[in-house]
Amino acid sequence: MDSIDRALVNELQDGLPVCRRPFDAISNRLGISVGEITGRIGKLLDDRVLSRFGPMFNAERLGGGITLCAMQVPEADFERVTKQVNAFPEVAHNYAREHDLNMWFVVATEQPERVAEVIAEIEAETGCRVYDMPKRNEFYIGLKLPV
Amino acid sequence: MVLSENDRKLVAAIQDGLPLVPHPYAVLAETLGTTEADIIERLQRLQDDGMVKRMGVVVKHRALGYHANAMVVWDVPDSAIQQVGELLAAQECITLCYQRPRCLPDWPYNLFCMIHGHERKAVLRRLAQIIDANSLGDIPHEVLFSLRSFKQRGARYAARPARTAHG
Repeated sequence: MDSIDRALVNELQDGLPVCRRPFDAISNRLGISVGEITGRIGKLLDDRVLSRFGPMFNAERLGGGITLCAMQVPEADFERVTKQVNAFPEVAHNYAREHDLNMWFVVATEQPERVAEVIAEIEAETGCRVYDMPKRNEFYIGLKLPV
Repeated sequence: MVLSENDRKLVAAIQDGLPLVPHPYAVLAETLGTTEADIIERLQRLQDDGMVKRMGVVVKHRALGYHANAMVVWDVPDSAIQQVGELLAAQECITLCYQRPRCLPDWPYNLFCMIHGHERKAVLRRLAQIIDANSLGDIPHEVLFSLRSFKQRGARYAARPARTAHG
């Protein structure tokens, strides 16, 4: 990643306008062509510096279900349970964390009622209790990490 | 809120990403059999209605050198949660701040925030400064660093056109 990549990622974190030529404004600000911008984004995706380029959805507003789940997984079973949990297409992120509750994942579903079903299926398959912690309120931050 | 069938098709077409071309909406319009103006108008409406927060990027924190990813959880009295939530959200290093239900007796925490940093020591130092500067020392908290990320992808919001979407 060079300094142009960094400037580009910082720009993209602010969001692109929805218009016919969404890259033009960034192209002017950074002084590089639109072709270079799309080429660099493609490379950052290939290199897995970016995991996605596109819309950031608000799951609840879209009518879907989303929640944060945690489990206490015995160390010896961790690998098996990880595979079982990640096999669910509704599981969007999964992190191991340092705590008694050592596995944390997001369940996102197209139908809100499907969240409870997925949780029940994960409990049945893994034998671990799922702690279900849906968002009650979000305190607004412009999400941004300077790179 | 219910998506129209056309909006659902649009969401399904873009949930994995936009075409990387100078006119991404013209390409989408061709794929979906409509016009560029129609796509732009509907996307703008989805954004105005808050269903799409913005068009942008998801960065992989680790790849960018943010190796320390701490979830800091707080047990805040319900009467103070709005105040403490807003205060934490205003801190520059905090990237997310949510109120969530406690799961008693095992889990007493009701406020969750994320701090990303280049290394653990820096994250902990920053957290100590926030606690000190805002007199949060009386609020019990824990720091959960992530060890590994097994799966990081966007959620699915609409079934592919090939699959049947019920509802």
